Amino acid sequence: MSPRAARPLEPARTAPEAIRNFCIIAHIDHGKSTLADRMLQITGVVSDRDMRAQYLDRMDIERERGITIKSQAVRMPWEKDGKTFALNMIDTPGHVDFTYEVSRSLAACEGAILLVDAAQGIEAQTLANLYLAMENDLEIIPVLNKIDLPAADPEKYAAEIAGLIGGKAEDVLRVSGKTGVGVEELLDRVVERIPTPVGDADAPARAMIFDSVYDPYRGVVTYVRMKDGRLSPREKVRMMSTAATHELLEIGVSAPEPKPSQGLSVGEVGYLITGVKDVRQSKVGDTITNAVKPAEDALPGYTEPKPMVFSGLYPIDGADYPDLREALDKLKLSDAALVYEPETSVALGFGFRCGFLGLLHLEIITERLQREFGLDLIATAPSVFYEVRAENKDLVQVMNPSEFPEGKIDAVIEPIVKATILTPKDYVGTIMELCQTRRGVMEGMDYLSEDRVELRYTLPLGEIVFDFFDSLKSRTQGYASFDYDVNGTQEADLVKVDILLQGEKVDAFSAIVHRDKAYAYGVLMAGKLRELIPRQQFEVPIQAAIGARIIARETIRAIRKDVLAKCYGGDITRKRKLLEKQKEGKKRMKMVGRVEVPQEAFIAALSSGEPTKDAKK
Amino acid sequence: MPSALPLADPAPADGALPGSVVNGADERDFGVYLHVPFCRVRCGYCDFNTYTGEELRGAKREDYADEAAREVRLGGRVLDAAGLPRREARTVFFGGGTPTLLPADDLVRMLDAVRETFGLEAGAEITTEANPDSVDERYLSRLAEAGFTRVSFGMQSAVPSTLAVLERTHDPERVPLVVRWAREAGLDCSLDLIYGTPGETLDEWRTSLEAALAQQPDHLSAYALIVEEGTKLARQIRRGEVAEPDDDLHAEMYELADRMLADAGYDWYEVSNWSRGREHRSRHNLAYWRGADWWGVGPGAHSHVGGVRWWNVKHPAAYAQRIAAGESPAAGRETLDTGTQHLERVLLEVRLADGLDLAMLAPGARRAVAGLIADGLVEPGPALRGTLVLTLRGRLLADGVVRDLLEAEESGAGAEPAFL
Repeated sequence: MSPRAARPLEPARTAPEAIRNFCIIAHIDHGKSTLADRMLQITGVVSDRDMRAQYLDRMDIERERGITIKSQAVRMPWEKDGKTFALNMIDTPGHVDFTYEVSRSLAACEGAILLVDAAQGIEAQTLANLYLAMENDLEIIPVLNKIDLPAADPEKYAAEIAGLIGGKAEDVLRVSGKTGVGVEELLDRVVERIPTPVGDADAPARAMIFDSVYDPYRGVVTYVRMKDGRLSPREKVRMMSTAATHELLEIGVSAPEPKPSQGLSVGEVGYLITGVKDVRQSKVGDTITNAVKPAEDALPGYTEPKPMVFSGLYPIDGADYPDLREALDKLKLSDAALVYEPETSVALGFGFRCGFLGLLHLEIITERLQREFGLDLIATAPSVFYEVRAENKDLVQVMNPSEFPEGKIDAVIEPIVKATILTPKDYVGTIMELCQTRRGVMEGMDYLSEDRVELRYTLPLGEIVFDFFDSLKSRTQGYASFDYDVNGTQEADLVKVDILLQGEKVDAFSAIVHRDKAYAYGVLMAGKLRELIPRQQFEVPIQAAIGARIIARETIRAIRKDVLAKCYGGDITRKRKLLEKQKEGKKRMKMVGRVEVPQEAFIAALSSGEPTKDAKK
Repeated sequence: MPSALPLADPAPADGALPGSVVNGADERDFGVYLHVPFCRVRCGYCDFNTYTGEELRGAKREDYADEAAREVRLGGRVLDAAGLPRREARTVFFGGGTPTLLPADDLVRMLDAVRETFGLEAGAEITTEANPDSVDERYLSRLAEAGFTRVSFGMQSAVPSTLAVLERTHDPERVPLVVRWAREAGLDCSLDLIYGTPGETLDEWRTSLEAALAQQPDHLSAYALIVEEGTKLARQIRRGEVAEPDDDLHAEMYELADRMLADAGYDWYEVSNWSRGREHRSRHNLAYWRGADWWGVGPGAHSHVGGVRWWNVKHPAAYAQRIAAGESPAAGRETLDTGTQHLERVLLEVRLADGLDLAMLAPGARRAVAGLIADGLVEPGPALRGTLVLTLRGRLLADGVVRDLLEAEESGAGAEPAFL
C-alpha cells in the first residue's frame, strides 16, 4: 500500500512548509518520462486506467523521439510521517538548445533529481544542466534509473556521480521507472531533502513564468512559480517586462489536467490563463505581478531569447509560400524563440530566413512544419550570425551568406561556444582530431571515471552547426555525448564561397567558411552538384569562387541521348504515361538560369557533409 | 509489343466501342496488326508478349491461326456495330514473337480472314517479321504467292559475340541467304538492327551496319537496346554480370548509323527508321505514328480506333478461352480526351521526318521553337515553312524536345525559361 495522501492539500491554502518544488535532470533516453509517469501513478493523480506512456509529453514529436521540448508542472500529494505534502514536479526540457528554458525551470525549484541511466552513466547534456542546477543552489538528489536492466552497473555509475557532486556512492538512490522499484523511497527523499520554498507571503505578488504554452482552445497557458504574495482569479495582473496588463481568467494547478483553484499562494506552482493568444505576450522568465499593487522589482534572470542558428526555409512548391507563412505564424504563437522574416533566393524563390536557438530547435521546427502543416520544404545549410567589418570600418550584421559584403574586408567576427564532450576514453584521439579540423581549442580534459573522459573545447559555433554532431556520433559509435554553450565571439579569417552554375550564382549554396577550408568546401560542393544535377541539353560548368576568383571547377557534360528507340502501337500508352510522369517531375525542378536543378539536389547538397550515393541517378 | 499492360478502364465483354469513334473515321486509314506470341527461345533482352513451348500452359500453337481469325471476324462485327464505315485494310502487319514459327499456311489463313472480313486495299502493304533461321525459300515464296509484300528480318547484329549477349540463335551467315530468297520471291526487304548491346564496340556496330548495307535492303530499322524491367538482361546488369548500356556510346552509334545510311542512300523518316526513298517507308508503322485506326489481333495486342485504345489479355491460354467463349479478348481500354490526343500527336509526330505541323501547337510552344532552333535541335528551314523537323542532335534528344514543347504550351511562355 503506497502512502498516497488521503486528503491532498488545497492550492492557495498550502503552507510553504508543506511544499516541495523539484525538477528532474536527465539525458534523453535515461527514463525521465517513465519515472515521471510512475510518480503520477504512485501518488494517485493519474488513475491506472488513464495511464498512457509518457503522459506528460504531449506533442507527437516529443513522444516519438522520447524527448521533452516543453516543460510542464504537476502537483502530486504525498504523505510522510503522517504529514501531507504537495510535491510540484517541473518537467524540464532535456536539450541544450533550450538552456534558457531549463534555467527558468530550475529557478522555479528548490531541488532537482539527477537521474542517470544505470547502464550508461552521466552524459554531457546532463552535466550541463547539473552545473546549472548547482549554480542555482538546488538540492541535488542523485538517482540511478533502469536498475532492472541486465546491463546496469549501479556501483560504477554511483561512484561516478559521487565523484562529480560529492557525497557517498551508497547515498545514490536506485530505482526503476519501469517497474516502480524505489520510486516511493525517492518521493520520501524529496520530502526530506528538498528545502521548503522561501518567500514573503505579504509582499506584492511576484510570479515567475517558467513555461508558456499555446493551446488552440484556451489561448496561452502560462506556468508560474509564486515567489512572493499570492494571485487570485479575476485579478488584474501585469507583465513586468512589457507592462501589459491582463485579467486572470483562470488560475489553478495541473494534476496533471488543469484544475482551477482559488488562487496560488507563496511557494506554489501552477498555471494561469489570461486570454492572450501569443506566447510572446507571456514570456518565459518574465515576472507577473498585481496590476493595482505591483512589486517594485522584477525577479532576476529574464532575457529575451536570442536566435543563434539561421536557416532559410523555402517551400518546394512556390505556391505553398502563403501556407508556410501561416504555419510559421501559428508556430510562433507557441514558440517565443522562433523568429523569421521573408527572404528571396534567386535559386529557391520566396521563403523565410528563420532564427533558431540551436540545431535541435531548427530540426523540430522544420519537422513540425512538414508534419503538422504538410509542407514540403527545403532548408538551406544552417549558418550563424557574423559581424563583418568592412575596410571603411562599417559593421555589417550577416545572418545569411548573401548579406556578406563584397569588396575588402577588415575583419569577420564569429560566435564561439564552450563545448563539453563526454566519451569513453578510447575515442579521445578521434574526437580531438575532429575538434581540430573544426578549429577547436582544447580547454581541458578530466577523467570522470576510469574509462570516461570529459573534454572541454572552445569551438566556433559555425563549425558545429552543420554536421559536427553527426560526425561525433559516427566516429564514436554513438558513445560520445556533446553539449555546448554559446560563449562570446572571436575574430576569424572567414570568406564567402559562392557556387556558380553556368556562371550564375546559386545563393542557396553560398557559405561562409574559414579561408583554409574554402577550397575543400568548393571542391566538395562542386563535386556533389556534378553528381546530383542531371545532365542537361547543354554543358553546365559548376564553379566555386571567392569573390571573382574561381577556386574549383567541375563540368556536367551535355546529355547526348534522350529518346526512346521504339514507339510502336503498343508502346504509345506507356510512352505517354512516362512523359506525363516526366512532366510532373519537371515541375519539381528549380530553374537556375537555364539549368534545371531537381529539388532533391538542393536537399542532398545542403543536408550533409558527404554526397549520398543514393542521390546519384 | 511491350509486355506490361497499362492500368485503365475495363473493356466490355462484347468489345463494343462508343459512338464517338465514328467522328472523322473517313479520313483515317485502317490497318490490322496480328500478333503471334510464340518463340522457340526467349532472348535475354526481350520483354515482348511471347511464350516458348513450355510457357504456353495448355494453349496450342496449332489452334492459334483459327483463334486469331475468329478475333478478326469479331473485329469486323464490332466496327460495324459502332457505325464505322467499311474500310479496307491499307496495311497488315504480322509481328511477334516469331510469326514465322507458325507454318506459312497458318499466316496465310490469318491474312485470308482479314481479306474476307475487311478487304484489302489495292497495293496494300502486308508485312511479316521473320527470324533469319525460321524461314526458307519455300516458306517465303508461299507468303509472296498469298499476297504478302514485305518481310522484316530480325538481323540485330552481324557480330557473333553481340548476338550471343542478345541470345539470338541465328547464324549471321544466313542473313544474305534469306534476303536473297525474299528478293527472288518478290518481297520488299527490311532489316532490324540493335545497337548498344552490352560489350558492343563502335567498330563492331560499324561491322553490323556494313553487313546490313551490303544486302541493300529497302528499309532498315536501328534500335538502341532498351533494358526493360523484368528481363534476364536487366537482372544480369543489376547483378553486375553485364555492363550497363552507356547513353553517350548510344549517341555515337546513332550518329554513325545515320551517317553511313545517308551515304548509302537511305533517308531517315522516323527516329529509328530509314528507307531507300519514300516508297519503301513502312506504311504500317507510319499509321501508328499518325493516329490511324488499327485492330490489333492476338494476346496482348493493342488497338486504336478513333481515340479509344485497348489491349488484349496477355496470356495465349487466357486469350484462347475468351475467343472460345465468343467474348472480346480485350483486357482494358482508355478513351483519350482531346488533351491526351494532342499530347500523343506531339510526341509521335515530332519523331517523323515529315515533322509536326507547327499550326497545331499552342502559341507558347510555337514561340519556344525559336529556342530549340537556337540550340540546334530543330531544323530552321522547315520551321520557317511551318513544320517542326528535328536535327540529328534533336532526334537524339527528342523526348526532351517534346517535354519542352508541352511545358511551353502549358506555361504559355516563350523560348526562355521563366526566371525566378
